[in-house]
Amino acid sequence: MKFDKTEKGLAVALAIAALLSFVVPEWAVFLGTLAVSKCLVVFGCLVLWRTGLVSFGQALYFALGGYTVGMAGKYLGWTDAVLLTVLGTIVAGVMAAIISMLLARYREIFFAMFSMALSMILYGVLVKTEVLGSTDGFNVVVPTFFGYAPEGTELLISMFMLTLLVTLIAAVFVHRYLSSTLGHLTTAIKDNEIRVEYLGLSVFKAIQFKVILAGALAGTGGAITAFSVGHVDPDAMAYWTVSGEFVFITILSGTGSVAAPFLGALLFQVVRTYAFQYSPQTWQLVLGAVLLFLIMFIPDGLWSLVRRIRNKEVA
Amino acid sequence: MFETLTDPLTLMAILVDGLVYASWLFVVAVGLTLIFGVMQILNVTHGSMYAFGAYTAATMVGWWFDNDLPEFGSFAVLVFAALVVGLVLGPIIERGLLRYMYGKDEVIIVLVTYATFLILEDVLLLIWGTDMYDAFQPYGLLGTTDFGDLTFSNYDLSLIGLALVVGGALWWGLNGTKRGKLLLAVIHDREMAQSFGVNVNLVFMVTFILGAILGALGGAFTAPQISVAPGIGVEVIVLAFAVVATGGMGSVPGAAIGALAVGLVRATAVHLLPQVELFVIYAVMALVLAFRPQGLFSRAEARKI
Amino acid sequence: MTLLRAIQLKKSFGSVMAADNVSVDITENEVIGIIGANGAGKTSFVNMITGYLKPDSGQILYEGRDITALVSRDITRLGICRSFQVPQVFSSATVFENLLIALGATQPSLGAMLRPLHQEERIREAEVLLERYSLTDYRGQESSLLPQGIRKLMDIAMAVVSHPRLLLLDEPTSGVSADEKFGIMDTIMTALKVTKVTTLFVEHDMEIIGRYAERVLAFYDGGIIADGPPGEVLENDQVRQYVIGEELHRAATDDQGAGHA
Repeated sequence: MKFDKTEKGLAVALAIAALLSFVVPEWAVFLGTLAVSKCLVVFGCLVLWRTGLVSFGQALYFALGGYTVGMAGKYLGWTDAVLLTVLGTIVAGVMAAIISMLLARYREIFFAMFSMALSMILYGVLVKTEVLGSTDGFNVVVPTFFGYAPEGTELLISMFMLTLLVTLIAAVFVHRYLSSTLGHLTTAIKDNEIRVEYLGLSVFKAIQFKVILAGALAGTGGAITAFSVGHVDPDAMAYWTVSGEFVFITILSGTGSVAAPFLGALLFQVVRTYAFQYSPQTWQLVLGAVLLFLIMFIPDGLWSLVRRIRNKEVA
Repeated sequence: MFETLTDPLTLMAILVDGLVYASWLFVVAVGLTLIFGVMQILNVTHGSMYAFGAYTAATMVGWWFDNDLPEFGSFAVLVFAALVVGLVLGPIIERGLLRYMYGKDEVIIVLVTYATFLILEDVLLLIWGTDMYDAFQPYGLLGTTDFGDLTFSNYDLSLIGLALVVGGALWWGLNGTKRGKLLLAVIHDREMAQSFGVNVNLVFMVTFILGAILGALGGAFTAPQISVAPGIGVEVIVLAFAVVATGGMGSVPGAAIGALAVGLVRATAVHLLPQVELFVIYAVMALVLAFRPQGLFSRAEARKI
Repeated sequence: MTLLRAIQLKKSFGSVMAADNVSVDITENEVIGIIGANGAGKTSFVNMITGYLKPDSGQILYEGRDITALVSRDITRLGICRSFQVPQVFSSATVFENLLIALGATQPSLGAMLRPLHQEERIREAEVLLERYSLTDYRGQESSLLPQGIRKLMDIAMAVVSHPRLLLLDEPTSGVSADEKFGIMDTIMTALKVTKVTTLFVEHDMEIIGRYAERVLAFYDGGIIADGPPGEVLENDQVRQYVIGEELHRAATDDQGAGHA
């Protein structure tokens, strides 16, 4: 298997992060895990954004992934991190497959708002379900790794490693997908659907695939987040503002490369943690103001700035 | 559960609650559909208008009663609060921000209004803090009506009247006046209207302010019914969108039908199967959109190639 | 051998008759010109054959098989391709990328399409296409920034990548300046001769029709009023009245416009 520049670069960066996890404080590892798991979700948003679609409902799959992990632990007694993450991904993916049959008909505003409404349906169901703790949610089992049951710092690091591994695999997959003929159908569809159809391809099926991919990725992100935080509840996982944050990170990062979301997610997580600590009443204001700024002045995200700097170096 | 459906009292309760809720939905959602129809913008800040309307109304009503002013004047205060919010926030957002975004992709503009909404949410907190506000005084002023074992608050019932007034005024305004017809023309075909000399920028500004006032009106009249607290704007956006999408984006009659559909279904759920209350609202929307993607009343699409 | 048969196609949009009992047989390797005033039903005819529009009644047979109900992408896969009046290209991609994507789309299986787009074989094929359609100078430019004539050539190049047996060109030279028309048409026809393709092209310019078409179909008000070799059709009374008369008038006003150039 040949790996290209991007993939090698990512592997190196993530390997460094993995090594660093042994020396940095616990809160940093925790923050890193949350950031990288959000990155997973954003990969899906990236694919959709390139196709000209914005989903305001990724929280649906995020929550499904998280709640699957929680419920499997609570009712089946399963604790293996890999098994449950895979399970969460599958559940989210299947739901995405069902939803895509309807959602792939829509574009632009309708795609965005319909996906949001669907996630709010789940939110409504979760809030009213007493067994799952309603708005309080419930605690998630402590993960084990093929029998290995770490505690404390080791647990944090193990979870972080798993997250890095899963995300690297996902990054490589998405990167290759985007370079393939099928992957180029993202911007092609965005530019001209009629032409795509006249080339003999089904736009509907292509969009279906992307919805399913994004859903599965969000499910994975949700599963990992559930383990890391140790708790699931509707407000933290299914509310439309959660979807909004994923969209925000997508715009912040830019969609030029699979490496971009790592940057955006990390920056987002850092700012969010500090903003919440020092001034919880202005977090949304900061988020909104930054989003406006990005849309108006850096519409292609931070990655476009990285590219510009790189080009200057090459030139 | 379903046996109670045949009980006339339950039916009555469902019908009245449904109409009341539908009226509330209509007043809250009609501004959103109007703005979308004219400007092709899905205005997420509509939730802020609602919230600001509620908070402003609560504050003003509180002040009104603290100064022992005539009780029934408090209704006028509610309307006044809505006007203040609409006339202040409306121009700021439209002239100060949105007009620089016209012509950009629909979804980008939604994101812009979403970002503005986030900012306004915290502005609200900065002004009013995290306390809850009450403005219950107008609520009791109108008394109640008894119907067998059921008791309805006349304030709630008056919402139906409010919806009729708003709906009627819009209907007359849009179809009966020259200015209103210009608005309809812009909804139908912006470029065409422009080439006929319609000042589309002015129309946009007026429409946005009108939509803002209507959103704030919804919030103002809700204030006496609830404890005004942070976060009330967020739920409203999703609900308003559900109503508007069901009825057809940009259609005022559509908003009315959408509100009725959602209102009645929700009332049925509340009385018969409360667990699905939130679910059914979006389920109605999903169902309508599954069969008629553009909503119940919608605009035609032009030929592409 | 008959490649395509249109049998009594009818299509109306409200009170407008886009197709009024249109029947025509097209034989392999023919080069057919389609003429008619605007709104006569030429593009609707092309739209119906390529699956973009469903006729109200009638049949379309391709190689003996009924394709009336098929959608555009299926019809493309069967070997019928088209170019558009307004070039339908991928505006944010470069000319080269446009061709690559078109070439990539011709792959038969999903698995093949999951492999990288930029493959050596495909890149070479794209280079050949660039040559053939005189697009080499523009290969790295973003399509949205290109002049209409270049985008037309691109549009046609993309239409032929799947080696169609039947190719429909909708006004290949419209929007192109008068002095460039022949150049472009020459490029297209020379390129098409390399791959043997049955070609139908819609044209308003009678000189081009005269020069390239072996057979002419004249449309008026949704129906075909003449069908035969150009010498015959262009002399036909009805055609002179309803089509050319209007075309000559059109050309005359074009000249007046050209005087200012």
